[in-house]
Amino acid sequence: MEAIARALDSDLAYRFRRSPVAMVAGLVVVLLIGSAVFAPFITAQNPFDPGSLNLMNGFSKPMEPNQFTGETFVLGTDDQGRDVFATILYGMRISLFVGFSAVIFAMVLGVTLGLISGYVGGRTDTIIMRIADIQLTFPAILVALLIFGVAKGITPPDRRDEVAIWVLIIAIGLSEWVQFARVVRGATLVEKGKEYVQAARLIGRSPVAIMVQHILPNTLSPVLVIATISLALAIIAEATLSFLGVGAPPTQPSLGTLIRIGQEFLFSGEWWILFFPAMTLLALALSVNLLGDWLRDALNPKLR
Amino acid sequence: MLAFIIRRVLQSVVVLLVVGLVAFSLFRFVGDPVDNLLGQERTIEDIDRVRSELGLDQPFPVQYFRFLQGVAQGNFGVSFRQGRPVADILAERAPATLELAAVSALFAIVLGITLGVYTAIRRDGWLSNFIMTSSLIGVSLPTFLIGILLIYVFAVELGWLPSFGRGETVRIGWWTTGLLTESGLKAIILPAITLGLYQMTLIMRLVRAEMLEVLRSDYVKFARARGLNQRSVYFRHALKNTLVPVITITGLQLGSIIAFAIITETVFQWPGVGLLFINSIQFVDIPVMASYLMLISVMFVVINLIVDLLYFAIDPRLSASRGGGH
Amino acid sequence: MDDVLLSVRDLVVQFPTRGGILTALDGISFDIKRGEVLGVVGESGAGKSMTGAAIIGLIEPPGRIAGGQIHLDGERIDNLSMDDMRAVRGKRIAMVFQDPLTSLNPLFTIAEQLVETIQTHLNVSAKEARDRAIALLDDVGIPAASRRIDDYPHQFSGGMRQRVVIALALAAEPDLVIADEPTTALDVSVQAQIIDVLKRLCSERGASVMLITHDMGVIAETADRVAVLYAGRLAEIGPVRDVIKDALHPYTHGLMGSIPTLAQEDDRLVQIPGAMPRLTDIPDGCAFNPRCDRVFDRCRVERPDPMPHGTRQVACWLYDEQQIKAAE
Repeated sequence: MEAIARALDSDLAYRFRRSPVAMVAGLVVVLLIGSAVFAPFITAQNPFDPGSLNLMNGFSKPMEPNQFTGETFVLGTDDQGRDVFATILYGMRISLFVGFSAVIFAMVLGVTLGLISGYVGGRTDTIIMRIADIQLTFPAILVALLIFGVAKGITPPDRRDEVAIWVLIIAIGLSEWVQFARVVRGATLVEKGKEYVQAARLIGRSPVAIMVQHILPNTLSPVLVIATISLALAIIAEATLSFLGVGAPPTQPSLGTLIRIGQEFLFSGEWWILFFPAMTLLALALSVNLLGDWLRDALNPKLR
Repeated sequence: MLAFIIRRVLQSVVVLLVVGLVAFSLFRFVGDPVDNLLGQERTIEDIDRVRSELGLDQPFPVQYFRFLQGVAQGNFGVSFRQGRPVADILAERAPATLELAAVSALFAIVLGITLGVYTAIRRDGWLSNFIMTSSLIGVSLPTFLIGILLIYVFAVELGWLPSFGRGETVRIGWWTTGLLTESGLKAIILPAITLGLYQMTLIMRLVRAEMLEVLRSDYVKFARARGLNQRSVYFRHALKNTLVPVITITGLQLGSIIAFAIITETVFQWPGVGLLFINSIQFVDIPVMASYLMLISVMFVVINLIVDLLYFAIDPRLSASRGGGH
Repeated sequence: MDDVLLSVRDLVVQFPTRGGILTALDGISFDIKRGEVLGVVGESGAGKSMTGAAIIGLIEPPGRIAGGQIHLDGERIDNLSMDDMRAVRGKRIAMVFQDPLTSLNPLFTIAEQLVETIQTHLNVSAKEARDRAIALLDDVGIPAASRRIDDYPHQFSGGMRQRVVIALALAAEPDLVIADEPTTALDVSVQAQIIDVLKRLCSERGASVMLITHDMGVIAETADRVAVLYAGRLAEIGPVRDVIKDALHPYTHGLMGSIPTLAQEDDRLVQIPGAMPRLTDIPDGCAFNPRCDRVFDRCRVERPDPMPHGTRQVACWLYDEQQIKAAE
């Protein structure tokens, strides 16, 4: 495994250095993720700790000292005096956490079902792929909305905010698994016919061992590509759901929630409350997307 | 050809039955109908009575069948939140969404095909390159941000167009239309662009790619070698051949337009079924959610069927190969 | 000289590529007389099709005519504007492509394609155009033409489709038909029929034919004269009978050796060793020199231009040498 990783690494690293777009996108992604992870060390204020807020600071314009307190905020403050810069960093933590978790969930589910579908074949395959087909007929965001709605219906009202984030992860994850399953199933069908798999079967290796040890490694690079592109989709899906008011609760606002809140101040002229979170979301989604495109080209030139 | 269509219709029916099952399970298991009818004050006898009134004591397949029967007769249940039949609410809301979707689709198709053909013919022109680059950014923008951006520019800064609502509407039978009043027309512009922009860029990129492919084909070379004029080569011979794949994607996109209307309707507070659906999720109004799901599935299935039929209208080879003729 | 229909002089076609400029045709000159069938032979990549595309003005960008002149009926046509050239195409020069399966637009009926072509070039009503189209289909040997005309291309067999393509090419009574490998994609059994139809219709109408093929057999039976191309250059041109009986250029000689019927006396086919060079690395001097069994020093440094030799022209230093010897 280490050897594979190293080979992949060096070739990828070479291609990475040759692509300015990928390098800029990669830099932006690393910066954004880094600042989200280290948010508590970057900003002094935790915007969701009411004790650290000063209402007097409300509606400070970016880069200008507040007229009452004289404090200056780089990106301004919202109505409650929360530093927009701090809310973005903390909001991004939620967005990224949901995005990554949803993709990991979708990946585990999709890869498992894809492996089973391709390796077992027959009726199992038909059922799994039919479900995938039907689900693909509907836009992911609709599926996610629906799952979110159902999950909300099942949970008792007093616990809804508590589990909202997890429901969000499951809803987005369930709406993205199909791509993984399809690719892995395709690769499995190809590998299954090869001699080394036949040999492994003959010497009596268990199906699970064959799938995990022999077939899975061959599906790694397409899965990686899909995972990256899915991450961008998941981040946007999370932002969209939160924007629609059915995602992250106000107590744990993600970038989408911040945009939703910011929209209320658009008409009264406090543009920065909306503008900076929107730009951050855009930069994050665009860079991850570009990285995904680059990765697809680099790992499989034929796919162009 | 008939066999093919029958097969497609059967497949559609299966999809609808599956969706119906999901919707029914929502009704049956997620929102407990007995709870909703009786509220907190109830006795065991009450529960039993309501259960048998609603047929909940019947076996599952019988219940499912009855549910389908009801749906077929336009009985979608009663909204928990509004206490009115869901069918009435949907009928009231549907025109707004359908008009919005139709205008967006028109915008996306007309502009998408025009720009796609243009960027294919003037492949290396600066305007083509500019259009292609900006379309890449357009694809990466989430729909709701596009909407907010348009509101900011055209409603807040310039003040030209309204930022929410449908404007004045006119009643024609049970249908309400905003397309006959000035304020209604003004109101639909921004939402329609927001909803159609993504599909427009998709159609444009697809038309361009297909067009470039077709322009390299032998029959286009032969058409040129026969001295046919430029307009005929591009718009008769080439464009018609790009239409088959374009129709596939466009058809699927029309379905997405109706689904994505949820987002646009929220941004612009457009009083359609999408906004209704979002509210039903926020308030866990199960009958509304389930009905919306079924309504939208029927639309998807119908659109897919129409797309299949359109192939036959465009490509004479299909009626031969799939119909077993010749 | 007034019976010359088409004259090509020093034609150079180039493609700019990342690795530099690629010369696909390098100084090609020949004439086609009125009513004549000129065969053009050579291996794939020798520039046969490129010559046809250059004449009809349809070289794919970024390729372009970089030098030389093409005259049709004494009028220069290689520098015409797009619109003027479009009036030449179909009306005065027509083209038949290799693959009848892909040459016809699958989404239009034969009638639609024929009528459009006729009406583009001739000032006739739709009814007249349709009548003409039916007559043309009759001429090319489509049975029940008046009924089949409303069929789509996929309803015809390959051979029938190539007949339709010929009808389309002849729709506006052109003076010259460029037929680019018209039978390569067809069954052997229908190849001869198609060539027959093409030759008969053109001679009835007094049209000249430029028949591009790699099949010397077809040339031997059909053409009046033959031009042999090698690596974008003209190797030899002359009356078919002379070239077949006594090929001058060593390359032509090798080509003749590869026709089974003519090589029977030797019992086995002659093969030319090696392969044609890629356009990126054409050797100095004569392009054929690395494969030539009669190569000598001059061939490796100096490039031979076609020089007259009896009824023919040949680009080979052998014949220059002989002239020198004869002079001595």
